[in-house]
Amino acid sequence: MAEGRVVGIDLGTTNSLVAYMEGDTPVVIPGVDGSNLVPSVVALDPIPVPIPADGYRPTVTVGNSARKALIQTPERVIYSVKRLMGRDLKEIHEELKLFPFRLAGDVEDGEVPRIQLGELRFTPPEISAYILRQLKRNAERFFSAPVTQAVITVPAYFNDAQRQATKDAGRMAGLEVLRLVNEPTAAALAYGLDRANAGTIAVYDLGGGTFDISILKLRDGIFEVQSTNGDTHLGGDDIDNLLLAIALNEIHAEHGVDLRQHPGAVQAVRKAAIEIKIQLSTEPIARFDIELPNGDRYQREIPREVFEMLIEPVLKRTAGPCKQALADAGITPEQIDEVVLVGGSTRIPAVRQLVDELFHLTARGKRPHTKLNPDEVVALGAAVQASILSGASKSTEEMLLLDVTPLSLGIEALGGTVARIIQRNSTIPASATEHFTTGVDGQTNVAIHIVQGERELAADCRSLARFDLKGIPPMSAGLPRIEVKFLIDADGILQVTAREQRSGMAAQIEVKPTYGLTDEQVESMILDSFDNAEADFAKRLLIEARNEAETILAAVERAPENPAWMQLTGDEQKAIKLASDYLNKVKQSENATAIREATLILDHATRRFAELMMESAVSSALRGKTMNTAGEELAETVTAPHAMAPAEFK
Amino acid sequence: MFKVLDSAVPIACWSCSIGHNDSTLFCPHCSKIQPPPGGDYFSVFGLEPKLNLDLPALEHEFHRLSRKLHPDRFARALDNEKQWSLADTALLNDAYRTLKDPLRRTEYLLKLLGAEISAEDERNEGKSAKAPADLLEEVFELNMQLEEMRAARATGEADPALQISLEQDKRKFGVLLEAVDEDLRGEWNLWDEGNAGARATAQRRMLALLDRRRYLSNLVRDVNEVLGA
Repeated sequence: MAEGRVVGIDLGTTNSLVAYMEGDTPVVIPGVDGSNLVPSVVALDPIPVPIPADGYRPTVTVGNSARKALIQTPERVIYSVKRLMGRDLKEIHEELKLFPFRLAGDVEDGEVPRIQLGELRFTPPEISAYILRQLKRNAERFFSAPVTQAVITVPAYFNDAQRQATKDAGRMAGLEVLRLVNEPTAAALAYGLDRANAGTIAVYDLGGGTFDISILKLRDGIFEVQSTNGDTHLGGDDIDNLLLAIALNEIHAEHGVDLRQHPGAVQAVRKAAIEIKIQLSTEPIARFDIELPNGDRYQREIPREVFEMLIEPVLKRTAGPCKQALADAGITPEQIDEVVLVGGSTRIPAVRQLVDELFHLTARGKRPHTKLNPDEVVALGAAVQASILSGASKSTEEMLLLDVTPLSLGIEALGGTVARIIQRNSTIPASATEHFTTGVDGQTNVAIHIVQGERELAADCRSLARFDLKGIPPMSAGLPRIEVKFLIDADGILQVTAREQRSGMAAQIEVKPTYGLTDEQVESMILDSFDNAEADFAKRLLIEARNEAETILAAVERAPENPAWMQLTGDEQKAIKLASDYLNKVKQSENATAIREATLILDHATRRFAELMMESAVSSALRGKTMNTAGEELAETVTAPHAMAPAEFK
Repeated sequence: MFKVLDSAVPIACWSCSIGHNDSTLFCPHCSKIQPPPGGDYFSVFGLEPKLNLDLPALEHEFHRLSRKLHPDRFARALDNEKQWSLADTALLNDAYRTLKDPLRRTEYLLKLLGAEISAEDERNEGKSAKAPADLLEEVFELNMQLEEMRAARATGEADPALQISLEQDKRKFGVLLEAVDEDLRGEWNLWDEGNAGARATAQRRMLALLDRRRYLSNLVRDVNEVLGA
């Protein structure tokens, strides 16, 4: 095929992943550190730069290494940026109460908010673009070939602006976004691959920051979404915040230390809260044990029952959307054949209990599907959709996804009420044609306000755009007949066209999105435009290979200083020496593949040494903990990468 | 009567240049996708306008056409093919959504025949519809009870007698609703099989039945709202 591979990307609130179809099976592509999950954290390099000129691109780190910086330089790091995508200032203010986002001060109403990171500012799509670029690079490193096309998943309940912002981020990262796919639907695709059966399934997706419920009918490879509902601000983050609030309040009250003044310390406590949450999914009890800056210790046990009472209000908020989705699909819980659980938060037993009750599962002798890793299933489904689009795999030839629009589309009518023109849960693409006329003789403009949402008043819905139909030929009032066609495309994004029928003149439309970036703005934010050029790609691959080589060589050079070195046999030491000499020689060449191979050989030779080093590091960490080292530890991933794994690319 | 059906004027396929009838989604000669045809929703499925439809067959055809038309099948096609796939699929989806639902289908057909069903009626299920004459008294009674119930709820009082009465009303209006649907289906048959005169009569009756139905379903919804609150 002339065109390259299409990858599937799950751009998550907490973690992001990239996957592709390997033959008939979707597979997640690991990062350099061997981990499948790239934390959706972006950190600006620790050294401040003078306010740069236009076109300057700062160096950033993404993923696990950025997560470490969260505790050391919190003012230069951002996470959960997905919560800000496609949202305007007044919506964002709600988030600011819960998240340490720092907004640039001089943003005006109607402008896309900018986040202050150190001395620089970024729009939410730009931050997301850095995450996407990292995933793109991970895939390119994996394939040793450029990747320029992707399918990206979004919460099913994302509105037009949030979807457009995600597409913009893709473009900034040098990716052509072939399709936005709804996350629960993607999960259904991943599950549907190996099941030929027909039936009605519900996908319950409680992620880091968003909740979706989708009901689908499966038949002969067609995945037809019947209804969807959700809450784009409900997820694991909210649970973390509840635990965090308990700890911060008690620390303040009992020890007189207000950690809220220390962003780094708050992040360390937040990490501890997340660990407690995870532990409580398998243990009856978990505890905070944190050494405070004043030498005190904050120790607090959280039994699972207390945790469950604490989070009940959050979980209950998922029940309403589930019931509404069932009602909109016109079915009862008994008619759901299977329930698929997606998102890390569905590991919580109380969540599973609630799902069981909502869909009467145990009563019917059923269990929810959890076979696929809930953190990976959305990315796997995105890879399936990528394969459907590129026609690259026989196994997806017969598959087709028919999704719906989550929110009704309407026009503001007289008196500020909403006239609905496309109902929610309509299969997309969907269209509606409306006719407009003038109210005054000689009028040449008609203004139209488009909103999205289910409320009766336009002011209570999400304003999408204001359109100005211009250039209407002057006629008596009521005579012009302007036909406006509204079309929601397969990505769930609105397109509008208009023409004046009596004069046959095409009316000009000036689209002023109520919120969002203009094409020109997106253009100016594109990261490294050279990323796509073939020659530059080869160059970058070589630079990256050399960087990896340098990182591991530097570590090997310091190895004899480590006590673990003496635990190796003479043969093992010799093998490491040989492999590092070889890599030292090869790294001078222009051959990226050879350098990478030599790096792998050395990596392999040092594996046991790395294990020994890990062991001693773990035992020394258990002996004494300070606030500082505890923080560092918390920043590590649960599955620690190879101790000598090279740093992520910058 | 159906001026929107097949046009006799052939238009040339953009790809193979051979003329074809304009109500086709694919060129009969080279099978390439065509711009949206000008026909009505029935013609998208190759159907004559009829009110009794074989729904499983309609769904089957919807799936078959979706497989061929959907933008997912044109992700790497020419730009104009992409645009037409999008427009054709939107038409297909709009048509399926309208035809699979009995009420939307009836309203759509009546509109094709020139009936003025305001968009507002369709969307909001006719909040402003007038009360049917034979029900005036009962509706008045019911609205009083609904008001009482709302007032009782607002002050947090329970009124079991009122509750029971409302539940009875709900059942009664539900039965009336079913009767309207039954009558509608009767008119469907008359329209589908009748001559021009019979059709005209059926059309008039269907319009009246739709009005009645909107009114009743609003009442049931209001009662449900109050009972469920």
